[in-house]
Amino acid sequence: MSAGILLQIAQTLLAILLAPLLMGWVNQCRAWLQGRSAPPITQPYRSLRKLFHKDAVIAHNASPLFRFAPYMKFACMALAAGIVPTIANDLPFSPAADVIALVGIFALARVFLALAAMDIGTPFGTLGARREMLVSFLAEPALLMVFFTASLISQSTELPIIVATLAHKTFAIHPSLAFAAVAFWMISVAENARIPVDNPSTHLELTMIHEAMILEYSARHLALIEWAAALKLFTYSALGIALFLPWGIAPQGDIAALPLALAAIVAKLAVGGAALSFMEAVSAKVRLFRVPEFLGTAFLLAVLGMLIHFLLEG
Amino acid sequence: MSHLASLDAHVLDLAWAGVLYWLGVGFSALLLQRQHGLLTRLIFPLGALGALFMAGIGVAGLLLPASSMVLPIGLPDLPFHLRLDALSAFFMVLLGGAAFGITVYACGYFRNMAAGPLALLALWYHLFLAGMVTVLLADDAYAFMVAWEVMALSSYFLVTTDHKIPEIRRAGFLYLLIAHIGAVALLLTFGVLQGGHGDYTFNTMRLAEMTPFWSSAAFLLALFGFGAKAGLVPIHVWLPEAHPAAPSPVSALMSGVMLKTAIYGLLRVTFDLLKIQLGWWGTLALALGLVTALYGVIFAAVQSDMKRLLAWSSIENIGVIVAAFGLTLIFHTDGKGALAALTLTALLYHALNHAFFKGLLFVGTGSVLHATGERRMGRLGGLIRTMPWTAWLTLIGALAIAGLPPLNGFVSEWLLLQAFLLTPGLTQPYLNMVIPVAAATVALAAALAAYVMVKFYGVIFLGQPRDPALQHAHEASWPERLGMLWLAGACILLGLFPTLVIQWLEPVVLMLTGQRLSGISNWLLLTPVSAERASYAPLIFLAGVTAVVALTYLWVRRVYHGRVRRSEPWDCGYPEQNTRMQDSAEGFGQPIRQIFEVFMRVERETPDPFDHHPHYHGDSRDKLWLLIYQPIADLTAWLSMQAARLQHGRIQWYLIYSFVTLIFLLVLTR
Repeated sequence: MSAGILLQIAQTLLAILLAPLLMGWVNQCRAWLQGRSAPPITQPYRSLRKLFHKDAVIAHNASPLFRFAPYMKFACMALAAGIVPTIANDLPFSPAADVIALVGIFALARVFLALAAMDIGTPFGTLGARREMLVSFLAEPALLMVFFTASLISQSTELPIIVATLAHKTFAIHPSLAFAAVAFWMISVAENARIPVDNPSTHLELTMIHEAMILEYSARHLALIEWAAALKLFTYSALGIALFLPWGIAPQGDIAALPLALAAIVAKLAVGGAALSFMEAVSAKVRLFRVPEFLGTAFLLAVLGMLIHFLLEG
Repeated sequence: MSHLASLDAHVLDLAWAGVLYWLGVGFSALLLQRQHGLLTRLIFPLGALGALFMAGIGVAGLLLPASSMVLPIGLPDLPFHLRLDALSAFFMVLLGGAAFGITVYACGYFRNMAAGPLALLALWYHLFLAGMVTVLLADDAYAFMVAWEVMALSSYFLVTTDHKIPEIRRAGFLYLLIAHIGAVALLLTFGVLQGGHGDYTFNTMRLAEMTPFWSSAAFLLALFGFGAKAGLVPIHVWLPEAHPAAPSPVSALMSGVMLKTAIYGLLRVTFDLLKIQLGWWGTLALALGLVTALYGVIFAAVQSDMKRLLAWSSIENIGVIVAAFGLTLIFHTDGKGALAALTLTALLYHALNHAFFKGLLFVGTGSVLHATGERRMGRLGGLIRTMPWTAWLTLIGALAIAGLPPLNGFVSEWLLLQAFLLTPGLTQPYLNMVIPVAAATVALAAALAAYVMVKFYGVIFLGQPRDPALQHAHEASWPERLGMLWLAGACILLGLFPTLVIQWLEPVVLMLTGQRLSGISNWLLLTPVSAERASYAPLIFLAGVTAVVALTYLWVRRVYHGRVRRSEPWDCGYPEQNTRMQDSAEGFGQPIRQIFEVFMRVERETPDPFDHHPHYHGDSRDKLWLLIYQPIADLTAWLSMQAARLQHGRIQWYLIYSFVTLIFLLVLTR
């Protein structure tokens, strides 16, 4: 048990520390693909350090909610990272929150940030909050449906058990998982504010979603939000790996498998990050009112996956 | 054990004493017509004590076996039968718990009302409470219908408190009309249920042998009758009119508690009075519930009146509850007892949660209304700075109803979603297709609820005041704060200790489904089936969030600094921004309106670009009103017009009518 707790803490800390690295890697790949000279892979750390050193500039009328929201978002993402198995499957914290609760944690962070965005009362903040909630109300049920498909196969909503079932059982074809995987990819793109739903490097009012919400933030609050965003990307990637490519995650009580698991996850994340930047480089951002169509497709695919499970595999 | 046994015999007496107590409190208010101070400082606090007492009786009723009694009141051969079993007891706890907070709030809320109308209002208020409890206690159709009518009529008078406003009179009339159409359906239900014995006690009904046809007839009538009270689509149209029209504590009681009496009736008739249940009833209820949930939340998202938004959100929650009811029926008839127990637990849990968070939100809007005199969200904003108590307490309610962990709304949603995941292997193949779609709909409605709540909270409490007068908004009074604290505290506790609540619900679940949840193990970890299937520990979750927030805060402070500079908000290079440029309620709902435009008829007036005082008007109407109710109303009006042709107001014509009738009858009977 104590080894499990140590592993839990180590895994969560590792996620928190390595998340900006994944962000840096995606940015680097994208710069290469776009023919620009790439920033170093450690650029996100430098930005965070710079932001933490600055003085926070806060609007006169900001309420305590505004200052609390970044901490809340960061805490939620850290907890989410603690639930998803990245290198080991032995997570004593995970019974506290299963996959449905995981969706709830993401929603909690999102609602707090959206409320904080409306707190100052600038047009951009409310616009961002509205758009963010628009994206989420379709993405969230779709994510839930993806999890449902995986849970139906493994007869559990506990992530470690889902991963153990999917990774270690004899080879079986689950067509439903293929649908779920496509849906999950689309949801991850939308939830992490990537092209084609949102553009993390834009500040153009017609298009921005996530950036519009956090326009009023500066210094340590902005740093926490940026860090949490990186953590979210990391958690989603780890989730995708855990659900659809779980091979290599160390099973419960197997300390010897840890180095191999670490290597496996790093390799998978590197490939996944490169794939994400490739997708971003070849696609264009869609108009805001095409986003519901994009997410509606993801939602339908996920529901279809669940239906297929009931029809073919049930 | 002996004192428990003696309590056992008297608990129903005590419950009835509580009803009489409320009646006494209500009528004594009439004696204090001129004593404003006594009305708010004595009558409402006494009423609140009664609510607490009722909740206590309910808790006792859950622990004790069922007891019944006969009261020699009413018509000579028709005494009132009363019975307190686990189901009634659970709803009494719900009623008492929510009504206590709401009534404490009411002590402060009505302080500005004139003494005369207030005395009348206090009478209706306590009659309403007494009527609801009697509905729960009634053990024969006669007592049930009398109590049901007391509840409907007293709430009608409460809705029309501000009867000088034509819209409110109209809303009250619509409410009364649909309440009575529903009541007629209920009368017919009991008529079918008694099965020709001519004996209207529930005990006879429980024993009546009925064919599936007549059982179905009774069920459909009950679904219609109770659905009209609960606001099930398409008989929901009165709810968004009537609930906002009432004073806020009454809105809170109606949405939080009165709607649950309909759920109680549905459970009582279906699982207790009817001997057999058929699977297709469940499918029907599930479909109706899901449509209601989705319809309600979509319309909630496009509302611009804060109380109307909450009323639509009540429709959504009732939809979720009825969907859970349908699932329970499906599982129960399919022989999946454990699953039926799970969905029934989710149903009861959600009903309880909704009583508290919807009560909290409604009274929160009441304080806002008091402080600003404004119900339109487009005129509010920034109230978190002038009304921090109201704002922070309402935030708890908003987060709870949005289904966010670790508050209570999440627990019931979680339980319901778990039930969907455990379903494979139903005997009806088509049900296996329905389940994923149903799960998707519930998830969609839950996600939209979060959208609605961000809109509700953000537009009212956050941002900058859209009207300069809002700077002077005053904070809620102490009784109001205490009432809100009670309701918010319940939302938190129900969220943090789900296993205790579920154990406490067990007698009800056992009574209706004959099953109990298998997996409940310890107070920390909620495992409805088994630890391998699913678990959730809100306390650990809360501890985790708190720990990370505290550690991050301390770390940032220690390693870096806590320096803050205050300045103007960034204006994006456009200095002429004003507070009206924030998203209004219409603006925030616009994406939803655009996506779900098929359900509504949108009326829009956009101003001329050169207009110096531009006026924008947008209204999203319920299409069902136009498709169903308007034709019926038109037809009724047309028929009345035709009948009116007979009326000329001249005595000669009426003499001719009598003469012709007489001749006709003479010819006929010759």
